[in-house]
Amino acid sequence: MNWTIAVPELVLSLAGMAILLFGVLQKRDTFQICSMLTVGALLLAAVLVISGRSGPGYNGEFITDSFSSFIKLLVLIAAALGVIVSLDYNEHENLRRFEFPVLMLFATVGMMVMASASNLMTLYMGLEMQSLAVYVLAAFARDDLRSSEAGLKYFVLGALASGLLLYGISLVYGFTGTMAFDRLAEVLADPARVSAGLVVGVVFLVAGLAFKVSAVPFHMWTPDVYEGAPTPVTAFMGTAPKVAAMALLVRAMASPFGHLLGQWQQLIVLISVASMLLGSLAAIGQHNIKRLMAYSSIGHVGYMLIGLAAGNAVGIRGVLIYLVTYVFMNAGTFACIIAMRRRGRMLEQISDLSGLARTDPGLALWFAIFMFSMAGIPPFSGFWGKYFIFTAAVQTGLWALAVIGVLTSVVGAFYYIRIVKVMYFDSPEEAFDPRPASLSFVAVGSGLFTALFFLFPAPIVGAAEAAAKVLFG
Amino acid sequence: MNAAGFPLLSLLTWLPLVGGLVILCVRGDEATVASNARWTALWTSLIVLALSLILWFRFDTSDAGFQFVESAPWLPQWGITYKLGVDGISVLFVLLSTVLTPICILASWEAITVRVREYMLAFLVLETMMVGMFCALDFVVFYVFFEGVLIPMYLIIGVWGGPRRVYAAIKFFLYTLTGSVLMLLALLAMWYQAGSTDIPTLLHTQFPPATQTWLFLAFLASFAVKVPMWPVHTWLPDAHVEAPTAGSVILAGVLLKMGGYGFLRFSVPMLPVASAHFAPLMYALSIVAVVYTSLVALAQADMKKLIAYSSVAHMGVVTIGIFTFNIQGVSGAMFQMLSHGIVASALFLCVGVVYDRIHSREIARYGGLAERMPAYAFVFMLFTFASMGLPGTSGFIGEFLVLLGAFKVSFWLALLGSLGMILGAVYMLYLYRRIIFGRLTREDLRTILDLTPREIAVFAPLVILTLWMGVHPSSFSGFWNAAVGAMVEHHQAALATTIQLAGVLH
Repeated sequence: MNWTIAVPELVLSLAGMAILLFGVLQKRDTFQICSMLTVGALLLAAVLVISGRSGPGYNGEFITDSFSSFIKLLVLIAAALGVIVSLDYNEHENLRRFEFPVLMLFATVGMMVMASASNLMTLYMGLEMQSLAVYVLAAFARDDLRSSEAGLKYFVLGALASGLLLYGISLVYGFTGTMAFDRLAEVLADPARVSAGLVVGVVFLVAGLAFKVSAVPFHMWTPDVYEGAPTPVTAFMGTAPKVAAMALLVRAMASPFGHLLGQWQQLIVLISVASMLLGSLAAIGQHNIKRLMAYSSIGHVGYMLIGLAAGNAVGIRGVLIYLVTYVFMNAGTFACIIAMRRRGRMLEQISDLSGLARTDPGLALWFAIFMFSMAGIPPFSGFWGKYFIFTAAVQTGLWALAVIGVLTSVVGAFYYIRIVKVMYFDSPEEAFDPRPASLSFVAVGSGLFTALFFLFPAPIVGAAEAAAKVLFG
Repeated sequence: MNAAGFPLLSLLTWLPLVGGLVILCVRGDEATVASNARWTALWTSLIVLALSLILWFRFDTSDAGFQFVESAPWLPQWGITYKLGVDGISVLFVLLSTVLTPICILASWEAITVRVREYMLAFLVLETMMVGMFCALDFVVFYVFFEGVLIPMYLIIGVWGGPRRVYAAIKFFLYTLTGSVLMLLALLAMWYQAGSTDIPTLLHTQFPPATQTWLFLAFLASFAVKVPMWPVHTWLPDAHVEAPTAGSVILAGVLLKMGGYGFLRFSVPMLPVASAHFAPLMYALSIVAVVYTSLVALAQADMKKLIAYSSVAHMGVVTIGIFTFNIQGVSGAMFQMLSHGIVASALFLCVGVVYDRIHSREIARYGGLAERMPAYAFVFMLFTFASMGLPGTSGFIGEFLVLLGAFKVSFWLALLGSLGMILGAVYMLYLYRRIIFGRLTREDLRTILDLTPREIAVFAPLVILTLWMGVHPSSFSGFWNAAVGAMVEHHQAALATTIQLAGVLH
């Protein structure tokens, strides 16, 4: 029994409970302290992940390898950024409750379990743990109608997706007799064992996971939930859970169902094309920046799925690099969005940004960098994400996917540079309120990463390559 | 390490960015910041210009290969290196960029009054991108700079441009991006075949003919938009008209050359079979560009638009020259690009001079300027003649050589191509007559002032270069003779091998 491989998760859960206890027992307002403690716990977990051992454990239900470590580190960083951007927002919007960071922490534990899942049951447990916490977070502004609606909508549709997933798992179990990833891979190596029922099960699995990564046609919830949820929660949802769900999808497709590539590849190609098209076209008409980011995230998922559709280590490497660049771009963008506050009121319209370059050149510069990066303009990190994704597509001969991908990225560029246009070309409005240090920290930190990624790509590309190779033994 | 003994090209590339960082750090009230930004930008670009002159003196013209090469590991396991170097084809484009940047900064000295700091910053970033692009010896490095140009240019058009600047800026951005992303796929395909993105390696890699066709089309999508070739030229008039004067200068002077340079660096030497195969198409598009846009230019009422259309026509001559695949044609195309870089820039500056005074670009608004502005009339005349290709000016040599090269290919090609010279004379002289000659009728034109010393300083180097290129062309063509010769030879050898192979197979 090799229980030590789950030390980061265990430590993080214990820390979460301790923070919860601390928050309950203290009579005074402990939101800031609990947030700080949460960030500390997340960083501690990150250190443990780096120094931790690897290997399978818990009767093969849990595995730690360089893939899971890569994902966990990314998730932990994304969660820490999410907690930091919430500090100021929650103070202003009267969401000063210590449960907030704790819920984020437990969601993160769920994501780490997802990254390490090597059994369909573990996969489901991790996913549900993460989802439950995020449902509550989405409805956290409980006096706000939009937030409650977002939470409910997310919960109902999420429950449906979980149902699909469970149904898929039961079909897979029924037709193969196992839920362990390594056993599944062994069984499915024999083409005779691949029955129609099993393929249906896999399709349900993909549908359930596609919901979690908000890929078309399971994206319906995304714009509404993104718009309705408190903005730091949107920032959090757009980064960490996406990473974890994408990791789950990648691991599930690559290791147990790797032999079924021919079956699921077409499905992923279809989802990818639909996501890229919808993500780029539907975003054009948006006026609310949170909705725009929702469609943009759908588009980005489409690009990541190109890497998965390639179905080899190069493709997965592309997905991982894309995830890294995406997390920082997204966190930084949302830090900028949360800084959009005038006379104490939050603003969400794109037109509210007009003339930002005159009133707050610093914020406008970082925002513009994130937008150019999302549009995939070199030398920013977003370009490198796309570069490695398209490398995989070209290498695997997925030409149609590659061409659709680059062309939709041009359409996407239109709405990203439109935001730059609003900030730089339009006449200025009243200045925003002064920015708190926490938001500047996230915006500048992510901005530096995004802008300077091209100087030091080798370590991250190398780590992603090592992580991707694990899945293909 | 290289002929200069220190990483000269990296210095040329990154120094403007350092100047930009300095500008970012300037503090104080608006007037101080503006003045400091102007001077910092000017000095930075002048230092870069001075350093780039080392290339002029130390470049070994007898060597057809790459010189001043420097490289550093970047993504070594994946075949990507940070590698810079220049050969006879690129070296003068580097110099063109470094010459035009200080001129642009000087030309915007008084014309730009708002957000001067950002403006100067954008120009320095632009210089970094342009120089880096011409120096790049790795395809990925090239691509990064090639697309990176979009960001500062988008902002220059959109922030400091005319009334329809937003439309023009977005159109410019999306047109160019669409072409570039297709080139990105071609880049990846090449990398996959050759295992490296090193340009010298790719130059000696033979791609299968079927692949070449697709790669050529992808490159065409990118470079044709940049040149721009008919029918994807429509972004150019909009961008030129709306951009501030200096923006038009850089656009016409350097950015259009990126397309021609791309053809010479990638399409022709790397994809010889496809280039030969598609040459008739290129001729056809170029001829349409030359004839059609010349006629369109004739009908324009806006000075900048007229010169913009004339740019399309002149660049059409360049593409004819490139795809003749003979020494005269390619040399002519090189010469025409450099000459157009100087002359079109100067013409846009000429428009800028009167625009700064009267704030109108409408041709009908002017007339009789010769009375009040003799120096201006002279400068404008010189560049009008250069644009028409009058012997003794730079424009003549390029067009003449291209037509010579075209004649070797086909009589009709040369004949149709020379139509451009005739039409060019028509629209340029017509423009000149309407602006400079005639009677001074407008009240505000009676008090218009002639060139200021700053404007003379802007025009002087361009006048000298135009005449120098016209009178003593070999001091320029000497730079690329070896490289172009080697390229043409390589092209013919590659074609011969393919034909041989085809013969064996059939």
